[in-house]
Amino acid sequence: MDNTPQTYSRSAVSVLLDSLATSVAWSIAALVSGVFLWILADIVIAGLPSISWSFLTEAPRNAGREGGIFPIIISTLLILIVTMVVSVPLGLGTAILLSELTQTESMFGILVRRSLDVLAGVPSIVFGLFGNAFFCIYLGLGFSILSGGLTLSCMVLPILIRATEEGFRSVPNEYRMGAAALGLSRTATLAQLLLPAAVPGIIVGLVLGIGRALAETAALIFTSGYVDRVPSSLSDSGRALSVHIFDLSMNVAGGDRHAYASALVLIALLLVINASASWTANRWLRKRIVVT
Amino acid sequence: MSHFRSDTVLVWLLRGCGLLTGAISVVIVGFLLMESLVALRGVGVSRFVSDVSWHPSAGMAKGQFNLVPMIVATSLATAGAVLLAAPLGVGSAVFAHFYAPRRLRHPFGKMIELLAGIPSVVYGLWGLVVLVPLISRWHPPGTSLLSAIIILTIMILPTIALLAGAAFDNLPSEYLRASAALGLSRGRTLTSVVFPAVRSGLFTAVLLGTGRAIGETMAVLMVAGNVVQNPTSIFQPVRTITANIALEMAYAMDGHRSALFVCGLLLMAMVIVLVGFAEWVSQGRIHG
Repeated sequence: MDNTPQTYSRSAVSVLLDSLATSVAWSIAALVSGVFLWILADIVIAGLPSISWSFLTEAPRNAGREGGIFPIIISTLLILIVTMVVSVPLGLGTAILLSELTQTESMFGILVRRSLDVLAGVPSIVFGLFGNAFFCIYLGLGFSILSGGLTLSCMVLPILIRATEEGFRSVPNEYRMGAAALGLSRTATLAQLLLPAAVPGIIVGLVLGIGRALAETAALIFTSGYVDRVPSSLSDSGRALSVHIFDLSMNVAGGDRHAYASALVLIALLLVINASASWTANRWLRKRIVVT
Repeated sequence: MSHFRSDTVLVWLLRGCGLLTGAISVVIVGFLLMESLVALRGVGVSRFVSDVSWHPSAGMAKGQFNLVPMIVATSLATAGAVLLAAPLGVGSAVFAHFYAPRRLRHPFGKMIELLAGIPSVVYGLWGLVVLVPLISRWHPPGTSLLSAIIILTIMILPTIALLAGAAFDNLPSEYLRASAALGLSRGRTLTSVVFPAVRSGLFTAVLLGTGRAIGETMAVLMVAGNVVQNPTSIFQPVRTITANIALEMAYAMDGHRSALFVCGLLLMAMVIVLVGFAEWVSQGRIHG
């Protein structure tokens, strides 16, 4: 009998396949990064020359080919404020209900979850159709900041709720048991313990929601409209930044330059919101760990 | 139940919130149905597939309401984009999780997140100014099914990559350690351990990417050319269902407007089927 230890050696084919897989993974990564850099470089190179202080503070002239985007920034922020004022309390309430006060198997909880799953998948243009029929015409709000903001708040609710729920789920169960053992009411438990602990999740939800709302175009064209003046009230029509980019590139000959500049402003806005939110969440987490 | 009065108030308040948010999708479907009833009654379902062409503004009796070319365009653009984006997206996630050196892992993930966050009009703008002229130099007119497929691929790739990455995160670490203990190579670990374990997660990722491709409006509208026709090659311009709504909603009246809501209803139906399917898969009834 042969007692020499057998060494497993890999066949040449399997070695070849392995190095092939490695090179495929690297080339996919290179391709994706390449496309990303291409798009980003294109926007920065074409947009940066048009950006100046006056671009940010002046009204658009000559259908947006000249002048700036001041009224558009104001409209965008107003739409965003309406969206968040409506969706944050509703989303927070629903998330608390689903994660803290409803058994996962209860009929009501299941139905609400299913409904939110469907809502998360609704295409943005369908939100536009619905917003136009419901808020603009049925509720009589017309083409307005209010209609646009309300439509967007329907759209960001599922995102907000999912992230907030995640935040509550990450709170250790001992918190709840401790509070129950101390005889705290559910309201007190929520306000004193669970809500502060869930803040990072809530912030993630906010960032994702704001990102989605800022990026949205299709849902706004038929709800908040095209008017490029500074809105005088929430029932005025106002043009969002993304709608402005769309209009300049599709309907205005020679609008590309300012479309690019507006795109750069939009992306910068998204990046700033993202960075500041993750900074806040990190700080909050660190503070909590020190306190407890 | 608890004996605090504040709790009773709180619970009912939160139930109100839940009821309201839960009702939104029902109200949306309800309104779509209500608004499309005019066309469904006046035109009838069969004419949406049997009419000669799409000329809806002549009124419900004389107009033509054939939606088939747009359904074909949406299906082709979505299928093409998913076929390209699924391997690339899953490949990116595999790279980030198993192949990237430690130094690259974080920046690569951040880049994918950023790609997912870029607004669709910005993709559309890039497509219109950079991609379409490139394709046009190769094969005019440039605005085409091909440009729609490429733009959609770039847009759903990060969605698929992020969701596939989340599936890899959920993989129990014992699997990887066991595979390392067996001395399996990285490629072998992937094909024999990782992929079988996360199959349903990857499938859900691709399904959700498909949903995004079907519903995408602005970027496709900006690069696809928007001619209502059954394309015979990928270089011909097409119009998708979503683009049709966005293009015509501004001036549509009566029966025409109602026909656009039928388009919306169609999109909604597609999405509900996809969500249902994704749910079914993630519950493991297909892959165990």
